[in-house]
Amino acid sequence: MSSQLPALQLVIPLLSAPLCFLIGKARIAWAIATLASWACAAIAVTLLLRVNDGSVIEYAFGNWPGPWGIVYTIDRLNAFVLVIVSGIAAVILPYSWPSVCREIPPRLHVLFYTALLLCLSGLLGMTITGDAFNLFVLLEISSLSTYTLISLGKDRRSLTAAFQYLVMGTIGGTFILIGVGLLYMLTGTLNMADLAHRLQPLEGSRTLQAAFAFLVVGFGLKLAMFPLHLWLPNAYATAPSVVSAFLAATATKVAVYAMLRFLFGIFGADFTYNQMHLQFLLVPLALMAILFASMTAVYQRGVKRMLAYSSLAQIGYMLLGIGLANLHGLMATLLHLFNHALIKGALFLVMANIFYRAGGTAINHVTGLGRQMPWSMAAFVAGGLSLIGVPLTVGFISKWYLIQASIDRGWWLITAMILLGSLIALVYIWRVVEAAYFKERPPDQPTVTEVPLWLLIPTWVLILGNIWFGMNAEFTAGVAEAAAATLLGER
Amino acid sequence: MSEFPFPPGLVLFLGAFLLPQVQGKARTALVLGLPLLALVLIWSLPAGSTITLQFLQYALEPVSATAVGRLFATVFALAAFAGGLYGLWRAEPDGQGGYQLREGNVLELGAAYAYAGSAIGVTFAGDLITLFIFWELMALSSTLVLWSNSNDNPKAYGASMRYLLVHLAGGVILMGGIVWQVYASGSTAFVNMSELDSGAHWLIMAGFLINAGAPPLSAWVADAYPEASPSGMVFLSAFTTKTAVYVLLVGFAGAQVLIYIGLYMVFYGIFYALMENDMRRILAYSIVNQVGFMVTAIGIGSALALNGAAAHAFAHIIYKALMLMSAGSVLALTGQRKCTELGGLFRYMPLTAVFGIIGSLAIAAFPFTSGFVTKSLETSAAAYAGLVPAWFLLLTASAGAILYIGFKFPWFVFFNRDSGLHPPEAPRHMLWAMGFCAFLSIGIGVFPEPLYALLPHQPVDYQAYTIDHLVTQFQLLLFAAAAFFLLLPQMQVTPTISLDFDWFYRKLLKYLAREFSLKTMDARRLLEHRTLQRTEKMAERLYHRYGPQSVFARTWPSGVMVLWVAVLLAGSLVLYYLR
Repeated sequence: MSSQLPALQLVIPLLSAPLCFLIGKARIAWAIATLASWACAAIAVTLLLRVNDGSVIEYAFGNWPGPWGIVYTIDRLNAFVLVIVSGIAAVILPYSWPSVCREIPPRLHVLFYTALLLCLSGLLGMTITGDAFNLFVLLEISSLSTYTLISLGKDRRSLTAAFQYLVMGTIGGTFILIGVGLLYMLTGTLNMADLAHRLQPLEGSRTLQAAFAFLVVGFGLKLAMFPLHLWLPNAYATAPSVVSAFLAATATKVAVYAMLRFLFGIFGADFTYNQMHLQFLLVPLALMAILFASMTAVYQRGVKRMLAYSSLAQIGYMLLGIGLANLHGLMATLLHLFNHALIKGALFLVMANIFYRAGGTAINHVTGLGRQMPWSMAAFVAGGLSLIGVPLTVGFISKWYLIQASIDRGWWLITAMILLGSLIALVYIWRVVEAAYFKERPPDQPTVTEVPLWLLIPTWVLILGNIWFGMNAEFTAGVAEAAAATLLGER
Repeated sequence: MSEFPFPPGLVLFLGAFLLPQVQGKARTALVLGLPLLALVLIWSLPAGSTITLQFLQYALEPVSATAVGRLFATVFALAAFAGGLYGLWRAEPDGQGGYQLREGNVLELGAAYAYAGSAIGVTFAGDLITLFIFWELMALSSTLVLWSNSNDNPKAYGASMRYLLVHLAGGVILMGGIVWQVYASGSTAFVNMSELDSGAHWLIMAGFLINAGAPPLSAWVADAYPEASPSGMVFLSAFTTKTAVYVLLVGFAGAQVLIYIGLYMVFYGIFYALMENDMRRILAYSIVNQVGFMVTAIGIGSALALNGAAAHAFAHIIYKALMLMSAGSVLALTGQRKCTELGGLFRYMPLTAVFGIIGSLAIAAFPFTSGFVTKSLETSAAAYAGLVPAWFLLLTASAGAILYIGFKFPWFVFFNRDSGLHPPEAPRHMLWAMGFCAFLSIGIGVFPEPLYALLPHQPVDYQAYTIDHLVTQFQLLLFAAAAFFLLLPQMQVTPTISLDFDWFYRKLLKYLAREFSLKTMDARRLLEHRTLQRTEKMAERLYHRYGPQSVFARTWPSGVMVLWVAVLLAGSLVLYYLR
């Protein structure tokens, strides 16, 4: 049984999805989805503990050995991402019931849980697979279900947002497919380890360079790299609250992971940095994302939209870490995958709480809530501090390594930009805090009470995670450091 | 003795969160008990660092007891005790010649205890990261103390926001310095950095100095503190500036530049206190003045000077609290803060007046008060170090401080002409709090040895009560008193005009001052106008560029997005092709 864990990681949510649909009862669907997410989280943690000594688990589907069959390869890096994705799902799914009841018409509830499970299995599969084409298939599974989930939003603009995301996501997917196709053309294999092996002698090939460009742009679209981010703010801002929380915490993280896997696992660090000079593309784009997206966040009226822009800036930090091309930089990127999932998951759950009571998440819905929803707003403050990067929160840890990476490079201007980004984050978080605590509730807004404990507990689990992993960073930093070293081929 | 070294600051910090949960007697017990418990812990901890935590690759030492840290922690706990007692209930005039009591603002009290706890945390911080964390907690909780008064005093809101801004800016500077220092030296240890041989040291010192009320940001003290409630100001005056003195004492003892900064602060405080009419602002300026003495002593850096700075801080916290309590009672029961509106209250609030006078005597360094036995350490240190100009300036400033702070406050509030106000005597718990501080001020003045025994540089072979000192100080006091009463008529509003020699300094100077201010007013207005316009224009530009309708925030049609994809792909393909 325990040797089948890699398969179960994907199979459990994938089979639970049709099960939900066939049973057709919303409450049971929710229960199944919740249990499935917990099972996934348990499996992911087990896998991470198993590979944390540096070993690699290979799982051949149907006992077809690679490179002919589909092989799931689990090392520290993707076990880490599996924990992020399934952990967030395990916190958000129990939360989802009351929130979904409020925001989505009852006849769609079963479909909602089915789609969410499909999305989860797609994301987990993308992470765990060791096969380039399989990755594309699972990417499409997760993307298609994501479009559905976003379109369920109460806001009518969610339909347009979902449609735009569909167009863009499909283009991204196509690019990735083209990239994978070119690699297949060159080598005749789709297995990642085999690809890495066979690509080595082909370094000067134009086809290989084209494949590289297609893959970078394709993943850039999926992970909302500036300026390919235009689909993201609307999608996050208009999706149902739970979906925003889930996607913000996981979807872009998995896309970043997949890009890392292609860049370093297949092409290799040397090819990426020394021949394709990817850092010269990533660093300026990342800095623009940090600066422009943060500044735009300051002026948003909707808090969810503001958080979406802030996510763009955070993606900028992750790409910057890759662009700095050293151990600390890559480590910061990997840490920020985890840390940002905790931060944004928590903050979007607070938004879900506010939507649950106040019926909206614009800044005037939040105004004066400090006294009326003390626990939710306290969670927002804590999460906001983490986003800014205050010591004792996870946000500080990733910023710390990122700053170290920039100092290692001697790029002081970038250090200053990182700090400037934090400062702007302080401004946009402060706007919300000021509205919530220092202003009276506007007369046209309803007086509300704190959300039930069922919603508060998951929110605070994530907040406490922010603080816990901010104070005890050894584990996450250790995993991230080892994984980064492996990616760079140093170990 | 406790087995587990519990951080003393945390007692107050965590206790602060309990305060809102309890009522009545339990609340009183908690308010009075927490500082005492902290005091016990402060003294039960063994010397040296007792807990080491690992954070990233750095060792944190959150509980590191040193002699000077313990001294400051002790007086912080005492100040929290006295302030807590004073703030247990608020007094308001009931309109019939009496007062009514209501429970002290629980937010203020809780924030104040968290604030005191963070200040004690700073004094036990063995490394820069711990120090910074408590430093920021202090900034936040003290802002809350100020902000919690917004309901009673509408000006407190704005003041608290300005206060927060200054302290966050200071925090950012400090953090920059700490990150730099940790990165450059590879160690987080909080050590002496007085050589100032790295930019990091300068940044750290600047961060500290902002909290001390040093130029060019000295104004925050007098801007913020007087807007707090009577009890709030007692808390505020005790911790922020004195923690800054503590960290300067540990980190920058002997840094020459501090002598000049300190002297500037000394005179800044005097000049502004001289022009001020609001009694609580006078006291706020006098904080800057007194902290200036300490900063100067730290700059001198000899053992005697450092002992002097530490002892002066200890005594100052207590007598300044005493004066603020006295002023606070007057404010609470009359609703007046301006010297011109007050006067003659001695007859109605005799005990408050006596306590206020004891505080004033202490600040004037009257023999047998704590000011005398501590401040003289600093002036002597300047003399022994051969810094004649500094010694001379400090002595002059002492006289000035006596004149305009030591005498002005009690004279205009409690004596002078009768203002027609007939407030009742302050409530009993406030009198007890004042009595406690007065007792300490006089006790230290009469028996300085226990305080001397706590000072960082031992042995302290300093005799405060020599004939020489007593004579010098009495001369200074007599001269100041004479000057004060001679100049008194000039300070009063007189309806008659007599053309005499005094015209030169009464009219001409005034005229020149007015001329100057009128001439510069145009320039200032123009400057203000321009700055305002420029800021507005910049805000507009920023809004235009990043606001909801800007390029970055607009919802673009899918075509535009696809165009970007094409640009990026084509761009990279072309680049790779050309390479």
